[in-house]
Amino acid sequence: MSKVGLIIKREYVTRVRNKTFLLSTFLLPIMMLLFVVGSAFFAAKSGEKQKKIAVINDPGFIRNNLKADSAKVLFSFDATATDTNFAGKGYDGILILNKDSANRTFLLYSKKTLSSASKEYIENKLDKAFENRQLENRGIKIAQLDSVTKETKSNASVIKNELKDSKGSTTKVNAAVNYGIGFGSGILIYITMFIFGAMVMRGVMEEKTNRIAEVIVSSVKPFQLMLGKIIGIGAVGLTQLLLWIILIFGLLTAAQLFIPGDTMKQVQELQQMQQSGAIPGGGGFAASEAAKNIFEMQSTLASIPWFKIISCFIFYFLGGYLFYSSLFAAIGSVINEDPQEAQSLMLPITMPIIFGFIILSSNISTPDSPAMFWASIIPFTSPIVMMGRIASDVPWWQLTLSMTLLIAGFLFTTWLAGKIYRTGILMYGKKATWKEMFKWAFRKS
Amino acid sequence: MNVLELHNLKKYFATQKAVDDISFDIAEGNIFGLLGPNGAGKTTLLRMITGIFYPDSGEIIFNGKKFDPVNDTVGIGYMPEERGLYKKMKIGEQALYLAQLKGLGKKEALEKIKDWFIRFEMQSWWNKKVEDLSKGMSQKLQFVTTVLHNPKLIILDEPFSGLDPVNANLIKDEIFRLAQNGSTIIFSTHRMEQVEEICNHIVLVNKGKKILDGTVKQVKNEFKENLYRIGAAVLPEHLSTHIFEVVKHSPEELLVKLSNGVSNNDVLQYFIGKGVSINSFKEELPSLNDIFIRLVGDTPTTRQFQAIN
Repeated sequence: MSKVGLIIKREYVTRVRNKTFLLSTFLLPIMMLLFVVGSAFFAAKSGEKQKKIAVINDPGFIRNNLKADSAKVLFSFDATATDTNFAGKGYDGILILNKDSANRTFLLYSKKTLSSASKEYIENKLDKAFENRQLENRGIKIAQLDSVTKETKSNASVIKNELKDSKGSTTKVNAAVNYGIGFGSGILIYITMFIFGAMVMRGVMEEKTNRIAEVIVSSVKPFQLMLGKIIGIGAVGLTQLLLWIILIFGLLTAAQLFIPGDTMKQVQELQQMQQSGAIPGGGGFAASEAAKNIFEMQSTLASIPWFKIISCFIFYFLGGYLFYSSLFAAIGSVINEDPQEAQSLMLPITMPIIFGFIILSSNISTPDSPAMFWASIIPFTSPIVMMGRIASDVPWWQLTLSMTLLIAGFLFTTWLAGKIYRTGILMYGKKATWKEMFKWAFRKS
Repeated sequence: MNVLELHNLKKYFATQKAVDDISFDIAEGNIFGLLGPNGAGKTTLLRMITGIFYPDSGEIIFNGKKFDPVNDTVGIGYMPEERGLYKKMKIGEQALYLAQLKGLGKKEALEKIKDWFIRFEMQSWWNKKVEDLSKGMSQKLQFVTTVLHNPKLIILDEPFSGLDPVNANLIKDEIFRLAQNGSTIIFSTHRMEQVEEICNHIVLVNKGKKILDGTVKQVKNEFKENLYRIGAAVLPEHLSTHIFEVVKHSPEELLVKLSNGVSNNDVLQYFIGKGVSINSFKEELPSLNDIFIRLVGDTPTTRQFQAIN
């Protein structure tokens, strides 16, 4: 086996065998799932207790608009309540209206601070009362207006956006799914770039502080050592990603087993109907709501170009990793035991990564904007930003240009980092300055 | 035959002439001492010999051919002064890994590791991690990994630092054994008593230049001052003579410096003539320590930075 091969093997095996690798691989998706489920659960639960509010001083027209149709607030028109005895009567607060109907500033006394949501709810209700009074003054019947609104809502307009290319074939546009995939994979690349970049940096620091670097470079070239470490850790990252993908698909399949059999049957019937050209959901067939949802989800998932997305993801993951990890390795080689030194030197490297993420998150809804275009071409940000555009149709020339530049970029950073690394790894004592590193990088060997 | 020949090696760094035109040869089977004060350029020199640095100019001949850093490293075992091991790695795996990096096959490497582990009574360590070892133990492991692949040239930079006398002797015996079996050893240190005990040839470098080169005996003879130690009860009235100068006088012993042209026998005859009975008579050669201090002691303790253009 070649020497680089030996180094790759060691880096890979020692990390994959480590307990933290297994833990992070299998626990992280489960933790994320728990996090999502947990936060949804608590969001649903956190609806505060219903507040009982006494209302006095009604000028007449408000009463009908403050109905007890909310879980948040229960209004009681209790004429006996006052701003001193409301607590004793079991109310959480007392809302004092004005007899003067032009004055729209009201006082609300309460035992505890009301949540902003409750306050807003009450304000909206009061506004609505004033609006209704205006309408009635102009002769519009509220009941009629309500029934019109209801009718419109029950039969809402739907836009079906499809892409049509020159050959006339059409593809469904699913902006929300594109958004989700783009943002999700962008974040994933952003996070993994930091995790594995830092792993490379720590690995180099370990070799330097353990003083084994010089022992090793008397057997192999420093560049081989650096390359072996980068490739080995990259393989660890790839293994972890593949395990995650398998795990996610496994969980999705397992989740399907929990769907009741007759629902699945209906889903299949819907699929058959679609194949035979009938409009799903229309016609005489009455599918349950759940079956319709599952069918909808399945056909959406089927319309996504998974192969393209996953292969681009792997390419940009590896490209971004290779681009930045060699820079992280160079930083690791010039610092000594003190991790604080790492912080200041890492900043210029982490900045473009963070910058890429900011561009992605602020422009994700406009994947064709100039900012997204440039950021997805330039290798400093392209791994993160291009993933945000990938689900929407990116022209092939842009994709090719971006990929070529990324490959050229990581060849350049690896070459540059190799020269800094070669000198840095054997320097003990003081931290190298940017000026020195620049000199090491560009002097003739 | 010379295992290693250095011809006019130069290596300049931004602020220092680390190695400035050094040449010497090392014959096969020698234990060679590379001496010099801190910052003299020893480590830079060794890094060039091990292929870590390329010389700016000059030539290294290894085993009769121009040194090839890629393929010749298998013939070299280097234990640097800044040395260490992977702390989290098991000892057996670590030794195997380092041996394989030197180019040994897995099977061959395992056999050799077993041999060495038995010799150093380290068999039970195989599955331990380096972080569980004491400093002395990891030094022994480091030594084993350095010499495991039977290198023709073994370079040891301060090999005894951190070792207790028992383990230091163990390593010392191994160094002799390796030299007898045909390995050549470069031994770099500033502990002169160890050099005197172990090395047969020394080179002293200072400020990047070679200032001394020869066998230990040659060097000592070169720096001898005609001092003789005479074991005899000598009375003060016997000491007024032109043939020697008294350096030190105690009731039982006398240290004298002979005048020019005076031989040992003249001195002995002088004392016999005075009726003094002599128990011992021995030439006093300077220790390497004395020579070292004499040669480099007047240079500043730390090397100053200098401008290189």
